[in-house]
Amino acid sequence: MKTDIILAGVGGQGILSIATVIGQAALEEGLFIKQAEVHGMSQRGGDVQSNLRISDQPIASDLISLGQADIIIAMEPMEALRYKEYLSTDGWVITSSNPFVNIPNYPDSNKILDELRGMPHLVLIDTDRIGAENKMTKSVNMILLGAASRALKSISFEKLCDSVATIFGSKGESVVEMNVKALKIGLNCK
Amino acid sequence: MEKRLLLGDEAIAQGAIDAGLSGVYAYPGTPSTEITEYIQAYCRKTGAGIHNRWCTNEKTAMETALGMSFAGKRALVCMKHVGMNVAADPFVNSSITGVNGGLVVLVADDPSMHSSQDEQDTRHYGKFAMIPILEPSTQQECYDMMAYAYSMSEALKLPVLMRTVTRLAHSRSVVVLRAKREENPLEPVNGSRDWVLLPAIARRRYAGLLTKQAEIAKLALESPFNSFKAEAKRYEMGAIACGNAYNYLSECYPDGIPFPVLKLSQYPIPQETVRTMAEQCESIMVIEDGQPFVEEQIAGILTSECRIIGRLTGELPRQGELNPDIVKVALGLQAMPHSDVAENVVARPPALCQGCGHRSVYEAINIVLKDYKNAKVFGDIGCYTLGALPPYQALDSTVDMGASITMAKGASDAGVFPAIAIIGDSTFTHSGMTGLLDAVNENAPITIIISDNLTTGMTGGQDSAGTNKYEAICRGIGVDPEHLKVVVPLPQNMEEITRILREEIEYHGLSVVIPRRECIQTLARKAKAKAQKQ
Repeated sequence: MKTDIILAGVGGQGILSIATVIGQAALEEGLFIKQAEVHGMSQRGGDVQSNLRISDQPIASDLISLGQADIIIAMEPMEALRYKEYLSTDGWVITSSNPFVNIPNYPDSNKILDELRGMPHLVLIDTDRIGAENKMTKSVNMILLGAASRALKSISFEKLCDSVATIFGSKGESVVEMNVKALKIGLNCK
Repeated sequence: MEKRLLLGDEAIAQGAIDAGLSGVYAYPGTPSTEITEYIQAYCRKTGAGIHNRWCTNEKTAMETALGMSFAGKRALVCMKHVGMNVAADPFVNSSITGVNGGLVVLVADDPSMHSSQDEQDTRHYGKFAMIPILEPSTQQECYDMMAYAYSMSEALKLPVLMRTVTRLAHSRSVVVLRAKREENPLEPVNGSRDWVLLPAIARRRYAGLLTKQAEIAKLALESPFNSFKAEAKRYEMGAIACGNAYNYLSECYPDGIPFPVLKLSQYPIPQETVRTMAEQCESIMVIEDGQPFVEEQIAGILTSECRIIGRLTGELPRQGELNPDIVKVALGLQAMPHSDVAENVVARPPALCQGCGHRSVYEAINIVLKDYKNAKVFGDIGCYTLGALPPYQALDSTVDMGASITMAKGASDAGVFPAIAIIGDSTFTHSGMTGLLDAVNENAPITIIISDNLTTGMTGGQDSAGTNKYEAICRGIGVDPEHLKVVVPLPQNMEEITRILREEIEYHGLSVVIPRRECIQTLARKAKAKAQKQ
């Protein structure tokens, strides 16, 4: 079984951390992985994406083809739309509903949400509100990953939690706890 | 055996460590930076004594690595593609001196210019220097090729060039590691004049390099990283797929590629294999990321009627990075069903961070230059190149590392006034100091702004070679201390900054203004690290 995921957001929103956590969990599950990232200039407040491919068979390309992505996970609604043509006709979009407006010509956010609703399967999460309510504004990316975890069929939720412990372990116990809690809150989001 | 999830860059670094590396020499440059950072982290963690401090530029890196090789140890030089232009002099001549300890020159190309100003293809440099070139297609090959490259370098007594591209450098996959080899002992070149490239010696050494070409070609023909699969029959088409382009081709045929394929990961091009292929195939498609390096050469190898198709003939685009969709179209295959491009999406270009000192610098420049309609501002390479974009739109040029100062001087020589150069601290020590000396020697009436954020910012906050030395460097080069000013680029200092800029523009000689404030990204990282320690 193969899962092709596009992760999208704005530089600094924690997209690459989501990719690293899923990648580490997939490694623990003994799966094949390819995960292409964007580093460098575009990380300065520009759009950032990562192509993450997980499979029980060897994977050839580091990049996902048009119409091939099973899931788009996005920290920002317009960034979710940016990869619309890559989503399979039966794919899932799991995105934060909170616009990140750092450009003068940001489109009407209602139009963005309407266009998102036209995509095959959509989960919209108000990550800002949930992050604020739970006093975890620095872990909103993990809330989103928790919400997306149900669509990651080849990786168990426990493995994602273990992966958070491995990746954030060097930052101390409280950081790990906060991020695992964020994953769980996300898992229970509708 | 241990398995790790590694970026292509990290696999290269781990491969070099496990091959008995004694020193890495590099200047940060996307997408090559993570190689040196990985080795630095490895040394911090294990206490290993591998040299890993950043160099001032790619030329000093290349030369220092050559010195380590002279002493008998294994060295690695890493750079981005345009860095090779800076390192080209020692690089090309290292094929004439040859090496003692193994020497691998790693260059990461950036097709599609994700973070670069051109998409030059480093394979041309390898051919130019007449040395073996490796081009991995997977992260595992990145790792495996390092041990192979060092053995080959020491067997041939030549440097080996390894070329990667952004997609491999910045993509992660699972890599299986080998046991680590010990470092070489100290055994410098002894009693030989081979490394003294006086013309008489260089001619003899070059003749030796020419003699080695047959052996280098044989190594590519028999390389474990090249493969050629074909049955003994006629085919309508075949393909040559180089490095990671092989992945895109494989992706198009999940059940196996139905025609002969030469997977090419070691050069020079194995001519016999290509001839065999041409006899079997009516056409050959060359799929390569970067420039049509192989496609151009194949025509010279073949005598048969076989048609060569690729970037030059238009089946593949002449410019930009390949991807599976582009290769699919070239092969005449259908894309999966998919929706159209979204309607409500606009570009989100990168921008200077909120609170960045460069912002205050550009704001000051724009305020002052309202009164100078003929002013030209010559920019340089770094985060502050973003000053070219809205809201500042303050730059008239950005060319290469250091060109701000020299171009401002040239424009001033031609009569442009005011001519202003803006350059970052790390870029200044990389390639700006020599240009400053030219300007000082003629007391050129230009204003040079060294926007000092105490780091190499754009590549992620690496140490900057000249930190705490800029006033001393400028005075040492001969800048008049009366016209060497330091300011703190904060909004509340705008009046002082604009006054000083105005004064120095009005001074018809050379001035240097240094706005200095730490990069807010490195400042935040330091604060975080400190908080974690406590």
